[in-house]
Amino acid sequence: MKILVAVKRVVDAYVKIRVKSDGSGVDLANAKMAVNPFCEIAIEEAIRLKEKGVADEVIAVSIGEKSCQEQIRTALALGADRGIHVDAAADVQPLAVARVLQKLVEKEGIDLVLLGKQSIDSDNNQVGQMLGALTGMPQGTFACKLEVADGKAVVTREVDGGEQTVSLKLPAVVTTDLRLNEPRYASLPNIMKAKKKQIDTVTPDELGVDVSSGLKVVSVEAPPARSAGIKVESIDELISKLKTEAKVI
Amino acid sequence: MSILVIAEHDNAALKPATLNTITAASEIGGDITVLVAGSGCDAVAQQAAAVNGVSKVLVADNAAYENQLPENLADLIAEVGKDSSHILAPASTSGKNFMPRVAALLGVAQISDITAVKGADTFVRPIYAGNALATVQSSDAVKVITVRGTAFDEAAKEGGSGNVEALDIVKSQDIATFVGEELTESERPELTGAKIVISGGRGMQNGENFAMLEKVADKLGAAIGASRAAVDAGFVPNDMQVGQTGKIVAPDLYIAVGISGAIQHLAGMKDSKVIVAINKDEEAPIFQVADYGLVADLFQAIPELEEKL
Repeated sequence: MKILVAVKRVVDAYVKIRVKSDGSGVDLANAKMAVNPFCEIAIEEAIRLKEKGVADEVIAVSIGEKSCQEQIRTALALGADRGIHVDAAADVQPLAVARVLQKLVEKEGIDLVLLGKQSIDSDNNQVGQMLGALTGMPQGTFACKLEVADGKAVVTREVDGGEQTVSLKLPAVVTTDLRLNEPRYASLPNIMKAKKKQIDTVTPDELGVDVSSGLKVVSVEAPPARSAGIKVESIDELISKLKTEAKVI
Repeated sequence: MSILVIAEHDNAALKPATLNTITAASEIGGDITVLVAGSGCDAVAQQAAAVNGVSKVLVADNAAYENQLPENLADLIAEVGKDSSHILAPASTSGKNFMPRVAALLGVAQISDITAVKGADTFVRPIYAGNALATVQSSDAVKVITVRGTAFDEAAKEGGSGNVEALDIVKSQDIATFVGEELTESERPELTGAKIVISGGRGMQNGENFAMLEKVADKLGAAIGASRAAVDAGFVPNDMQVGQTGKIVAPDLYIAVGISGAIQHLAGMKDSKVIVAINKDEEAPIFQVADYGLVADLFQAIPELEEKL
């Protein structure tokens, strides 16, 4: 069985971002970049399936500028077998990402696609579902448990009221939620080994995908700041403020 | 303009998130049609028809739609909505599940989690966990949109007189099957719709201590939430998580107990009207957004709060 994992290069989750004063976007110059946390969980799950003998090969793909090869190397150091870099602009939109992945799924004969449920920069939560539609594959989004056997993926999903379990015929798309697993750290020997693993580069043009989008960003602004209020000294004072000043209880 | 709103429901009752979505549709302006896809969902259709502003309700009643499987639902919505100007659904785990699939079937972008309508083609949505707000404009023929419920008021449940029409479209794929679900039973209000929310963080130390919050919640008629730290530590289940990766809430009163205030958590609650923080660390970032902060040991403060309410 072949697994495709997509890894997105995003600003590190602990960096406090700043909106550019001209409203054109977020200032990422010199910001620390990392693998999107949900993608890390997807990599970990793929590697576990390989370790269990369920999967034979794990391919890591990233779409973006040359710099995203760093994130592919991270996936290789964690245990992915080889990488594909789709050389494109940094901000390819979800539908185009899904179209690129569709081509790779068809070209590589993928049985299971593991993706993060959303990236922590654009917060879209779309690619896995879109890939499902384009390929006709079933989807198991927001997975907190995954079992793959007998040509099926049984996925337990995080839903608003609790958990839901669905059974999907392979090939299928699964997107990861936080509790699916706890990703490992790459060991130094594995980081060294990863440098020798193969990364192929391809462009969206070569795959026959048009990456233009019907959506354009008009402006990006900082949200209205919330100012700190006051410190109260006691529970009595707190209750009194909530009753008489804020009038919320 | 013709707007198709996808109803969220459990086959018995219309979920309030649908009402917020209908308000967003009204702000766009145009004829509002609600699609109710489910099984034995006639009562839901009647409720939807009564909502103020709804002109038509389409009902697709079939076993294929009983559990809202996205493979079936997306095929149905794409066919019914292909000539609409907009298709809207709540940005719940259900809407988030099937809507991108609809967008891809129609070959258009999806606009996720909108918090404001600037025009028929222009919307505001949070990015970077709400640390930035993007205004985006769509040139697609059909605008596929998920709506953040807390950003729009609920439409009135009465006053509408929409016609109810049955649809005879069955989309049933055998690639996915529903196995089961385990829903948390609770007498308390739903987290995303509650007027008051009290949440615990890592400072709660364990799951048993959440009983202290329950007692306060019972007195206030509040829902109980948690930070990601408390969920990751295994204190409480994930459906209680408030934050970028959990639920987004905006109650009248949000009480954060033993929560430090990571960016990730603030993204889920900073639009609350009044925020109270109780934390023993006076440097905790949560105090920077709190209207009322109390620096205290929660194990003394919470029982006292419960007693005095």
